[in-house]
Parts: sequence; C-alpha cells; structure tokens
Amino acid sequence: MAEPILSVRRLCTWFHQDEGIVRAVDGASFDLEPGHTLGIVGESGCGKSVTARSILRIVERPGRVESGEILLRRPDGSVVDLVKLDGQGREMREVRGGEIGYVFQEPMSSLSSFHTIGNQLIEAIRLHSDMSKKAARDRAVELLTLVGIPRPAQRVDSYSFELSGGLRQRVMIALALAAEPRILIADEPTTALDVTTQAQILDLLRKLQAEQGLAVILITHDMGVIAEMADDVVVMYLGRDVEQGPVETIFHDPAHPYTRSLLQSIPSVLAEPRSRLRTIEGSIPHPYARPAGCPFHPRCADAIAGRCDRSLPEPTHLGARHAVSCFLYGGSGVPALPAGLLERAE
Amino acid sequence: MTAEPQTILEVEGLRKWFPISRGLLRRVVGHVRAVDDVTFSIKHGETLSLVGESGCGKTTTSRCILRALTPTDGAIRFRTETGEQVDVAKLPKAGLRPLRRQMQMIFQDPFSSLNPRMTITDIIAEPLLVNGVRDLETRRRRVRELLDLVQLPAAYMNRFPHAFSGGQRQRIGIARALALNPALIVADEPVSALDVSVQAQVVNLLLDLQDRLGLSYLFVAHDLSVVKHVSDRVAVMYVGKIVELAPTADLFTRPRHPYTEALLSAVPVPDPRRRTGRIVPLGEVADPANPPSGCHFHPRCRYAVERCRVEIPALRPMADDHLARCHLAEELNLAGVQEGHPPATT
Ligand SMILES: Nc1ncnc2c1ncn2[C@@H]1O[C@H](COP(=O)(O)OP(=O)(O)OP(=O)(O)O)[C@@H](O)[C@H]1O
Ligand SMILES: Nc1ncnc2c1ncn2[C@@H]1O[C@H](COP(=O)(O)OP(=O)(O)OP(=O)(O)O)[C@@H](O)[C@H]1O
Ligand code: SF4
Ligand SMILES: [Mg+2]
Ligand SMILES: [Mg+2]
Repeated sequence: MAEPILSVRRLCTWFHQDEGIVRAVDGASFDLEPGHTLGIVGESGCGKSVTARSILRIVERPGRVESGEILLRRPDGSVVDLVKLDGQGREMREVRGGEIGYVFQEPMSSLSSFHTIGNQLIEAIRLHSDMSKKAARDRAVELLTLVGIPRPAQRVDSYSFELSGGLRQRVMIALALAAEPRILIADEPTTALDVTTQAQILDLLRKLQAEQGLAVILITHDMGVIAEMADDVVVMYLGRDVEQGPVETIFHDPAHPYTRSLLQSIPSVLAEPRSRLRTIEGSIPHPYARPAGCPFHPRCADAIAGRCDRSLPEPTHLGARHAVSCFLYGGSGVPALPAGLLERAE
Repeated sequence: MTAEPQTILEVEGLRKWFPISRGLLRRVVGHVRAVDDVTFSIKHGETLSLVGESGCGKTTTSRCILRALTPTDGAIRFRTETGEQVDVAKLPKAGLRPLRRQMQMIFQDPFSSLNPRMTITDIIAEPLLVNGVRDLETRRRRVRELLDLVQLPAAYMNRFPHAFSGGQRQRIGIARALALNPALIVADEPVSALDVSVQAQVVNLLLDLQDRLGLSYLFVAHDLSVVKHVSDRVAVMYVGKIVELAPTADLFTRPRHPYTEALLSAVPVPDPRRRTGRIVPLGEVADPANPPSGCHFHPRCRYAVERCRVEIPALRPMADDHLARCHLAEELNLAGVQEGHPPATT
C-alpha cells in the first residue's frame, strides 16, 4: 500500500449556534492514496461537504475545526498538518487551489458572471505561477481543450451564463486543474446534471485522473456514481466514518448495518418493475439531538441493548483495508455521555 | 377515436408552444416547442412515467393536463367519476372546477409547496374547505384518516411544516392531494429532492396507496431507477416529442430507440462489477426553439443515416404495445439493461 497523500484523523468540525452545537463532522478518519479515487458517500447532512470544506479550510462561521489532523504529504516526503495552518494565511492559500483543487455542486454560484471564463482561468493560473498573461491565456485554451469544451479558442471569451450546465461544470473542472493540483476534491460534481451529462463529466474525471495521476476525493450521495468511480469508499453517518474499504468490499461484502440498509434501499434499473424498496427504520436524527452511543443505534435492527446505546464503537479492522465501527464485530468502545450532558460539560 | 372503457386519460396531439418575442414591439420571432405532438393514454389504476433530459417538456405536459397551462393544440380527454369523457383542453376555466377535484398534483419540492403559516390540519383540509365541506369536525375526521393513510401520527395535526423532515413534508403533500378522493395523480418529480432512505419510504407509500385506492399516476421523473420501481409503462421524451413508449420491462431490457439506449447506458448501476462500456450520446440536448431537421435526435445519434437528417420519423408501433419514433427501429438491435439482482442482499 502506498503512503497516503492525505490522511484525515479524528476530524471534528462543529458549528456553535445559539440553539446548541451542530457536530457536523465528529471524529471522521480516512486516507486518500495517490492516484486513487476515494468516494465519500452518505445521506444529506452526514457531513460530507463540511469534511471537504474542513480540508480546504473554508468552513464558514460559526463553524470551526475543533480537533483532529489533516495530514498532507508532499512529494519531498514532508508532511504538513492543515489544521495547524492559518485558514486565511499564505501557506493555506497556496494549498487551496494549488496543491488541492476543488469542484463544487453549483457551478453557477462559483463562477463569476462579470468576467469571461478565460479571465477567470487566467487569474487562477497566475495566482499559482508566474506565467505571463499571454502564456496564461494559451494555457487557459489548453485547459478548456483538456476538459472537452468544443471550440475552446472562441469559448474562452464567453461568460458562464452563456454556457449549459454541463459546459459550466467542465469550466469548473478546468479552473480546479489550473494550478496542476495533485489532489482534486469534487463535491457532488454531477448532482445537478442530467444522467447523460453526468456520464460525460464522470468520463472526463476518469480520463483526467488517468492522464494526470490525480488523487480524487469524490463526494456524492449517489451509490451508483460511487460504484462506477471509486477505488475506495468511506460511508459516513452523522459526521463519522462508519465503514470504509475497497469499493468491491463495500458493495459486495458490506459489514455495517447502515451500509447494508443503504445499499438495499437504493432503487436500481436492474429491479423488477413495480417492486417495493427496502426501507430503513426511522429517519436521520436532528443534528442537535444526536443519539448517545453508536449514532445509528436507534435505527439499527441489530443493535445490542446496553452496549450500542451506551458507548461509541471504535473502528475494527476486518481486512487490511476494510474497517467498520460497529459492536457486532467486537471491538472496543468509548463510553459516551448522552449528548445533552456532553454539551453542558463544554 | 373511440376510447377503450378502461382509460382514465387520453392525450392526443398535445402541443404547447411558448412564443419568443423580441424588440420594443414584442414581436413574436419564434416559438419554444416545449411540447410538440404528444399522444398517450393512462388506464385506471396504472402508472405511466414520463422521462427524459431536462427541458424535454415533462413538466409542461403535466401542467397542460391539469390546465395550469392552456395547450396550444390537441385534446386531453379525462374520464370523470360518472364515466363521461371531457376534453380538458377545450373546457372554459369555469368548467374545470369540478374536474380539479378528480385530478391532483404532487410537487417536487416538499419545502416550498407548503404554506409555512398553516398547520398541517389546515394545509390538508384546505381543499375540503374550498370544495364546500363546512363542518369543522368532518374536516378534522378526514384529516385524521388521511394522516393515517400516509402513515403520519395524528399527533402531528397542529404542527407547522417547518417542524417536519423532507420525507414527512412530502407525505403531507400527498395527504393533501388525496383529500378529495382524486382518481388521477400527476406527480412531478415527487421523490427527486429526497434522500435515498426517505425516497424508498415515499416510493413504497405511492405504490401502496395506488393498490388501496385504485389511483392512476402520471409520474414525471428523470431518475430511471425510480421509474423502474413505480411504472407500468414508460414514455421517453426528447425535445417535446415522445420517442418511445412501452411497458416498463420491455423498455428497459429491449429499447427500440437509440436515445433510450443511450439514456439507459448512462445510468450508474450500484455495482462495481458492472462498470461496463457506456454509450454516451454526443453533444448536448437540442434547443426546442430551433430543433434539428428530420429526427430531432440525429445530431447525437450514433446510428443516424442520411434519411434521419431530412425526414421526421413517426411514432410507430413495434411489437405489442411498444411504440418507437426511429426510422431504423426494426433493424437496430439496441442494448438494454440486463435484469439481475442488485448486490448486497444479505
Ligand atoms: N453553516 C452552517 N451552520 C450550521 N450548520 C451547518 C452549516 N453548514 C452545515 N451545517 C450542518 O452540518 C451538518 C453537515 O452538513 P453537510 O453540508 O456537510 O452535509 P452533507 O453530507 O454535505 O449533505 P448533502 O448531501 O445534503 O450535501 C448538517 O447537519 C448541516 O445542517
Ligand atoms: N413559461 C415558459 N415560457 C417559455 N419557455 C418555457 C416556459 N416553460 C417552459 N419553457 C421551456 O419549455 C421547455 C420544456 O420545459 P419543461 O419545464 O417542460 O421541461 P422538463 O422536461 O420538465 O425539464 P426538467 O427536467 O428540467 O424539469 C424548456 O425548453 C423550457 O425552457
Ligand atoms: S431516426 Fe435516425 S437519427 Fe433518429 S434515432 Fe433513429 S437512427 Fe437515430
Ligand atoms: Mg453536501
Ligand atoms: Mg420539470
């Protein structure tokens, strides 16, 4: 196993609000290997985007990274903990958009409608290099070609609102690649798109990754996209990684009751027409009302009374790269106070 | 055309063209052919799904059926409770009122479609009040029945929408749509905004209600996996026209139109062992204000021949009940999805 290029360790990112603390990310750990695609999957509100924003150090107030490590390994072998850097500081600004590129769901809100896409690309290129304007413009056209935009030499002078959703997302990818990052974080890059456009963007990501040896963190709630794209998968629930492993294991030999339920509840084009879906009991708890113990225990059919509702399971290794946080697989737990108590203890 | 006794809705030659006007005098310079010659029927107790990429005319079709839009041309024959057929397209506004009761709509966005200042009881009972159910106790009794039907506790009656999750709000929307015992429900992307686990619950609920109440559904969706689970038949639209219409299993396993083939192959399958070659259609969806000559799909079609550029194909019957709008439909041997079971069924 290669040394991970990025390691997230026990990351906690909380939002301090008047009504209480939203523990958006609460002890998530995972590794990204060079050249791999790591899929992060989980239902709405489980902390996928906040994890991405924590890595990029752009969590907005009243949120902040409380604890944990985000270790970025450089080509020279040195390791920097991004949590220790000043989020607004120079070094972090060089990491963000430089070493780590990113693409978010809404290309419209991330692209300016006052500047041509060419000027936005030129700015991004020159932010992380000392290229001349002329050279940067040539590079911009090259990037638009790379991401498959037809007639790039003309399109470079167009505005984002003149482009379709699919083309805008391609421009976003071009922007993310402007500084030749080693890591690309893509947060729901195809969620707003049609399946056909989605397929084109996913093909593009796959091609770019192969050509440029990028390591990709792909965030999505779509299990189908994960199955197609990921090498490794992290399943999140209420801010924690509940299971992780190679994509084959997660889909064909899932261990965590949440992963199993999630896989069974997804509709599939392979299903019998007019067939009912399996459902998961209950619904995701409100972020203020986190259950004590294993976060999934109130919805879990296999929960062990007196154990799962009392302490928080730590990850247990079921294989070299397969880990699950669930007492059904033995493992240790840390005693957990009821959420209310913990909040008061702060 | 004489109607078969069991159809509840017959749409024939439906057109909705939106004028494009320019200049100071707002001269009409062209038309967006949002819906252009659409014909289909729905039987009692049946679900027909409309699928296709964004902008193909799904919502416009459903809004015409409910007469939220006045069609440009065509007939929309609805069979009323008393068994007579009424052409909704030609009815004056005043004549629509009694029909509105029998056709109801469920919307995509459970967040914006409920009035935040009304209690659940008031929201669900509003259609009853509008239709002359004056007695408060009768209304409350009906609301309790409806909540029971959509599996929400009666204890929720006096709460406001903000206190509910997305899935619960969608249930409230469904209860409201059922208040007046409609026969036909038009559901425009009713589960698209929901998380997988909640989506599964709502899909099952819609199937259960149909079995219990004998409802007919026009189900609009872009997610082909969900469509597979709910539909008896599926109509695929492209740039305002139906290009294929067939029983669900036939359409998925043996598509007859190249566009359907491409759509199906673009759907990500939640199984990493099925990462197979996709047929991604080239380029982008055509503009309904300026559709391509001949077959509207020809610029993106991998099978197109000279004839496709010049001659508009008709929607023609293939085998029983299977219609396709392609010159080559008989000759082509197109790939569908192979039936099989989704993984992770332990
Ligand atoms: N700015 C904020 N202020 C307060 N709470 C926030 C903020 N941003 C996110 N949260 C909360 O943090 C939790 C995690 O949110 P996050 O956006 O990471 O979820 P997600 O997994 O990306 O979900 P989705 O699939 O809907 O994008 C949620 O409970 C959310 O309400
Ligand atoms: N009021 C309107 N005026 C002008 N054009 C319109 C109007 N409403 C819809 N259109 C156009 O008609 C076409 C069909 O739109 P419609 O909303 O029916 O598509 P849809 O299939 O429901 O798409 P989606 O999947 O995005 O909901 C689009 O090109 C749209 O821009
Ligand atoms: S008519 Fe021609 S262009 Fe249209 S779908 Fe068939 S083969 Fe393709
Ligand atoms: Mg998110
Ligand atoms: Mg629509």
